[in-house]
Amino acid sequence: MNIVYHGIAVPDMKQLPPDWPGGFFWHWLVFTVIIFTFVFTLVMAFTWVERRGLGRMQSRLGPNRAGPFGILQPVADAIKVLLKEDIVPSRSDRIVHWLAPVVAFFPALLIFAVVPFQNGALLADLDIGILYVVAISSVSTVGIFMAGWGSSNKFSLLGAMRNVAAVVSYEMPLVLAVIGVVLIAGSLSMNQIVLAQDIPLILLQPLGFLIVFIAGCAEINRSPFDLMEADSEIVAGFHTEYSGMKFAMFYLVEYAEALALSAIIATLFLGGWRGPVLPPWLWLVIKVFAVFFLMVWTRTTLPRIRIDQLMALAWKFLFPLALINLAITGLQVVAWPDALPWTMIIVNFAIAAVLIVLWSRLFKVGWGRVEV
Amino acid sequence: MTLKTEPFVVNIGPQHPSTHGVFRLRTTLDGEVIVDVEPIFGYLHRGIEKLAEERTYGGIIPLTDRLDYLASMSNNMGYCMAVEKLAGIEVPERAEYLRVILAELQRIASHLIGVGAFFNDLGAMMTPIVYMIREREKIVDLFEMLCGQRLTYNFMRFGGLSQDIPEEFLPALRKFLDQMPRFIDEYDQLLMDNEIVLARSKDVGVLPAETAINISASGPVLRGSGVKWDIRKADPYSVYDRFEFDIPTGTAGDAYDRYRVKVEEMRQSLRIIEQAVAQLPGGPFRSKVPFLVRPPVGEAYAHIESARGDLGFYLVSDNSIAPYRFHVRAPSLINLTALREMLIGWKVADAIIIFGSIDIVMGEVDR
Amino acid sequence: MTAVLSPRNIADRLEKEFPGSIVSSDDNSFEMNSTFLVPAARFLKDTPGLDFDFLSYITGIDRYDHFELVYHLVSLKHNHSLTFKVRCYGRDNPSAPSLTPVWRGADFQEREIFDLLGVRFEGHPNLKRIVLWEGFDGHPLRKDFLG
Repeated sequence: MNIVYHGIAVPDMKQLPPDWPGGFFWHWLVFTVIIFTFVFTLVMAFTWVERRGLGRMQSRLGPNRAGPFGILQPVADAIKVLLKEDIVPSRSDRIVHWLAPVVAFFPALLIFAVVPFQNGALLADLDIGILYVVAISSVSTVGIFMAGWGSSNKFSLLGAMRNVAAVVSYEMPLVLAVIGVVLIAGSLSMNQIVLAQDIPLILLQPLGFLIVFIAGCAEINRSPFDLMEADSEIVAGFHTEYSGMKFAMFYLVEYAEALALSAIIATLFLGGWRGPVLPPWLWLVIKVFAVFFLMVWTRTTLPRIRIDQLMALAWKFLFPLALINLAITGLQVVAWPDALPWTMIIVNFAIAAVLIVLWSRLFKVGWGRVEV
Repeated sequence: MTLKTEPFVVNIGPQHPSTHGVFRLRTTLDGEVIVDVEPIFGYLHRGIEKLAEERTYGGIIPLTDRLDYLASMSNNMGYCMAVEKLAGIEVPERAEYLRVILAELQRIASHLIGVGAFFNDLGAMMTPIVYMIREREKIVDLFEMLCGQRLTYNFMRFGGLSQDIPEEFLPALRKFLDQMPRFIDEYDQLLMDNEIVLARSKDVGVLPAETAINISASGPVLRGSGVKWDIRKADPYSVYDRFEFDIPTGTAGDAYDRYRVKVEEMRQSLRIIEQAVAQLPGGPFRSKVPFLVRPPVGEAYAHIESARGDLGFYLVSDNSIAPYRFHVRAPSLINLTALREMLIGWKVADAIIIFGSIDIVMGEVDR
Repeated sequence: MTAVLSPRNIADRLEKEFPGSIVSSDDNSFEMNSTFLVPAARFLKDTPGLDFDFLSYITGIDRYDHFELVYHLVSLKHNHSLTFKVRCYGRDNPSAPSLTPVWRGADFQEREIFDLLGVRFEGHPNLKRIVLWEGFDGHPLRKDFLG
């Protein structure tokens, strides 16, 4: 049977996702609109959740003036920041400076092309979905480095350098941990991964979840890895010299990336849109918020680590663990494909706990000075 | 393979989120590593020592508020003690006890900000400092009850205090004393053994004891280096010799020890306040002092252990209503002497926390 | 209690060690000849029994015809203190030897005195203005300074 699905030949899988809502251009238009709405609405919701959440955890109120519970605060922020003067440093590289927020923003938006909101409800059900995500998400770094370079500010440059170093390092454990999921699901397609999750994969891949979460946080500058925009050290990092609308773009990038990471983690590990009773898209949103809440929580709790400690964590802690996790997952998939999931869950949690304890004993992030 | 890199100069400050005011560090960086540092002061220089020569003795008290604006009460106390020493003014016992209570409360308030700001420098996204400002707020409320002010109190006078404590002060203080130890424990639970805090601040910015003494460091910086030296014990002023308390010291002299010393000092301050409240006598809160003090010709030096260290006031009188010379031994400034060698070789991120752990107030550094 | 050592006794010992170093002494402090400042400071710091390892503060006073520098030393070991003074004459270019090589705590304080009173400290490694900017005219803490 030769099935052609949006121009891409789909291999014969256990079930074919419904062509939703049908027709190439309609599909394209509808999902583009949906993705834009989804991203912008959720980014606004994220800023609100983050600020209110931070406020609650810090025993203060957070924004509560604009609208009920301050729910219109993001709108007010957006209006304010868009009306501000756009200041470009006189010695900056103007074109690069102008282009940087755009280059940084689009990859964050492009990731949502492969995030399923429902069975088959996604812009493009690429066979290489997760590979596409990994590839595209790194492109933002170019934009951030352009911002750091183009601003002709030393703080910006330091921040951009840190960002590049972090992304290059953390891409490794991230991808290796994601491969564990791919091995279990048997597909790179995001939709198929969700369909494969009769139980959320976080239960089968607890270590993988942790590695993806940590490495993802490091890639998108979330605390405690926010040292590319470490406000107490390098003022605001790469966006020190940005104001007005361009700053708004970077602000948007930050949260759009957080949203993208939350959506990917929700899709890969938490069963994506699957869930009882509630409509699928709502399940996805709930899971996205759950992951994002975890990020807000770490942000309020943990101080920031140093650049060499960031590197050490990536290469000495996460990378070996990701490799071991991959090897173990591969072994499990090959040797016991029909094992009961519940035994596997217990075994995997035990392995994760043992490995983490072992590595935290073996490896110290390092007190004092580290000569590099 | 060695990469040839070119050092570049970065001005950290005077407008920078973590220079605790308007301080400027002219750093030369090689990548992230600091090659050279030059601290540049003076952005908050108001010429307080010169201004004081033009004011009456009483009129200088508000100026001292503006030195270490996070510990105004201590400044008031040190200055009043210097004038009392110069003019031979007696202080009634009740006033001495109240001064001790206020100075210790002020030390707690100041250390709360010091520790909170240190964690902000560590990058802890406001949480510790907001918690600590919440507690400081209670102390500030207590002070507001006394004098209506929340930052620059201007509360102490020669020979005592400007007014007696209101009757609701002691119950409120009692309540604070009951609550505070629990909060300090809570902060320790959150911060003390945090792996990132340890990784960032242990063995970072080590100031050896000999260097600390040689640069005339004082306060938590000196004690963090393991030197048991506290003016309250070494040269007891006011009624400090009647209280039991310990001097917490560090061992390694790193940023972490300086932070720990501050936290332990808060506990000791609470102990002192407990005892002072229990022993608080009645009687006048101020002795009779003329409105314009005219001390005899001479000079006097009085020093106290303020939140930042050995805060001294040196006064020279020419028997007029204004001092001939008014000098402040500013612990914040002197503690910074070793900053350069403490920073060189560390990364930018470390520089910020080493600087933060010294805990300076620009009002006192620049005067 | 920090014991205040009798300035007269210390002055006598210094006079014995460095003849001609003491100008006068009274119950509160003694006055030293500035040429002997650095060796005398080393003597006070290193002599067992004195061990003045902590330079508490330095300040300067403008006495119109001369500048008076006040040094306050403390020994953390024996918990005793000592105050002494040094005069430097001349309004155009008064100078005194720097104590920074002995106690590094003198560094910023000497710079401050240089900045505000205009006393030069010979041998100071980095004698620059500290609170005012380079090129500021005059020294504000002098009594004849008119802002």
